[in-house]
Amino acid sequence: MIRHLLSAGDLSLDDATLVLDTADEMARLTEGRAVKKLPTLRGRTVVNLFFEDSTRTRTSFELAAKRLSADVVNFSAKGSSLSKGESLKDTALTLEAMGADGVVVRHSASGAPYRLATSGWINACVVNAGDGTHEHPTQALLDAFTMRRHLGELAGKRIVIVGDVLHSRVARSNVLLLATLGAKVTLVAPPTLLPKGVDHWPCGVSYDLDDALAGADAVMMLRVQSERMSAAFFPSAREYSRRYGLDSRRQSLMPPEALVLHPGPMNRGMEITAEVADSARSVIVEQVTNGVYVRMAVLYLMLAGTNTTEEA
Amino acid sequence: MTPILIQNARVLGGDPQDILIDDGVIAGLGAGLGKDGATTIDAAGLIALPGLVDLHTHLREPGREDAETVETGTLAAARGGFTAVHAMANTDPVADTAGVVEQVWRLGREAGHADVRPVGAVTVGLKGERLAELGAMAESAAGVRVFSDDGLCVHDAQLMRRALEYVKAFDGVIAQHAQEPRLTEGAQMNEGELSGRLGLRGWPSVAEEAIVARDVLLAAHVGSRVHICHLSTKGSVEIVRLAKERGLPVTAEVTPHHLLLTDELVAGYDPRYKVNPPLRTADDVAALREALADGTIDIVATDHAPHPVEAKDCEWDAAAFGMLGLETALSVVQHTMVDTGLLDWAGVADRLSFAPARIGRCDTGGVPHGRPVAVGEPANLALVDPSTTTTIDPSTSASLSRNTPYEGMKLPGTVVATFLRGRPTHQAHQITGGTAGGNT
Repeated sequence: MIRHLLSAGDLSLDDATLVLDTADEMARLTEGRAVKKLPTLRGRTVVNLFFEDSTRTRTSFELAAKRLSADVVNFSAKGSSLSKGESLKDTALTLEAMGADGVVVRHSASGAPYRLATSGWINACVVNAGDGTHEHPTQALLDAFTMRRHLGELAGKRIVIVGDVLHSRVARSNVLLLATLGAKVTLVAPPTLLPKGVDHWPCGVSYDLDDALAGADAVMMLRVQSERMSAAFFPSAREYSRRYGLDSRRQSLMPPEALVLHPGPMNRGMEITAEVADSARSVIVEQVTNGVYVRMAVLYLMLAGTNTTEEA
Repeated sequence: MTPILIQNARVLGGDPQDILIDDGVIAGLGAGLGKDGATTIDAAGLIALPGLVDLHTHLREPGREDAETVETGTLAAARGGFTAVHAMANTDPVADTAGVVEQVWRLGREAGHADVRPVGAVTVGLKGERLAELGAMAESAAGVRVFSDDGLCVHDAQLMRRALEYVKAFDGVIAQHAQEPRLTEGAQMNEGELSGRLGLRGWPSVAEEAIVARDVLLAAHVGSRVHICHLSTKGSVEIVRLAKERGLPVTAEVTPHHLLLTDELVAGYDPRYKVNPPLRTADDVAALREALADGTIDIVATDHAPHPVEAKDCEWDAAAFGMLGLETALSVVQHTMVDTGLLDWAGVADRLSFAPARIGRCDTGGVPHGRPVAVGEPANLALVDPSTTTTIDPSTSASLSRNTPYEGMKLPGTVVATFLRGRPTHQAHQITGGTAGGNT
């Protein structure tokens, strides 16, 4: 297993399969049980270092670490020195001095987890919990886990990812992971919301959502922030919804068993209608549950094998 | 001052000759020179170049003396073979008045390691709103001839037109930092496949090329010369080439780092490689080298941009743009241009000394630079040993800053000595070989 999880592209097929299988195991060990705690990471310290607000991701990692009996410390931008301009480096040195074994980092700057992992400031394992517009590998893992539970092995499955690919770390991680798992990914977005060079990515690209949905095994809707509108990425929220939103008509273009995913938080009425979000084929709530299992698997695989000094 | 006899130096890479320096000027040039009492230097195997002239240096003083001072920056310049540097205007306060440019000029004179030619800001406070007092800076003791808002683009077309016109009165030149601001808001690296993958905001080539194209047309329209700073893209090369074919008065510079490094280096998010304009693709690098060889690009200018450690020891987005360049410039040029056969040493002398001095209008006047290596000319010289290979170690830099992108790289060539009007401003090691006797 890799030492740091910085990009979904770092995971080989074996690594990715191991994480998903381990997540299955975590689900089996905790689902439906009164006591959901495993003793696996007792004595290990996991720091949630959140330079950007994200209650759901932080909570998910916190629960995952606690269910593995790790000690969890939350550093978040509000109400700590992070909001007072303390540098990434000084924060890292502080965590190192406190003896963190794993650092889960969310940062608005793309590549910040790379800097943490590679600049020699800390020895802890680094898990990227979302960096700027770069990646969010555990989100891709939980998406793959969710789809695998419903669809079986993902090799050859057709996954459509729709929305603001340009600014989406979720899309980047999903494209890389799903390519590793052998799925066929199609990105759908207005041309303004696709990055330059997307034609070199291991996926297809389309501007036509209706077209792409036929034959899809799953569709993943990305959050579209309305402020993109003022930056002329698209003319209006209404036009975006009409061309790239998922409503019941579009859902009916897909095979009846096709899944609907969304990493959240949703803009109901923008990229997805309430009807679709709450439909029987929507696995959006399940994604949240599965996020905990996947993060348990990641923390377990990265931290359980490492040496610690405290066990005397 | 004791006369200096440099023996068997290959002037501009030609056959070995002796160079006699006396009273600050080149007093003799030829085979088997002699001079009683002269200090001799055995320069066998060394190349003698005219002292290099940098048209684009950030000395950071006044304002950011934690990053560089005129003293340390010009010391770095001397180590790199430079005898004159043009100090960019983006200091604090901005060099937009006669007072500030005279201060920088005077600090250069006091330091004595290289002549400092201040660059004046085009607009007040680099704000791009109204012209700074360009005439006052031109008439000041600093004698400013190059004006630039470098770091920022003079993007208002009307203001740029007026600036180009206005400086004609005193033979000035506008050096444009070509960057269309709207196309580069928040830009972090070259826009391309890699920026999309890394999730870093792209700095598209077209943002440079659109301004280059506009400005060569504006310059042609008003009959003024324009200079393009740190040209970085293949498309800009094509525009400048076309403009020159039409006889338009445009000159352009390329930095050493754009001749050597590519955007692939950004993949690890190490801010040492963060620079503006950004590192481009291998295709761009090849076009820049070719353009420098064929004269489409007139000069190499370092864009030496010192930053304190904390400005680079952070996440990419938070890091400052810029790289050191003075001490490594000649080595990078040797590596990319000479050792590849694209340029000979006479070409190097042109691109790093004669041409930049002409553009900056410091090739004439009281203390001229970029003059031929000839009898009667000021003894501004650099002696270069092209046979060495050095692993770049930032801790040995004369600069106060350490932000070199070449750390750990092996680069060819060493500047063995630099002379400013006959006075050694840099000696890599003890090179003087005793006192000469009579001619034999």
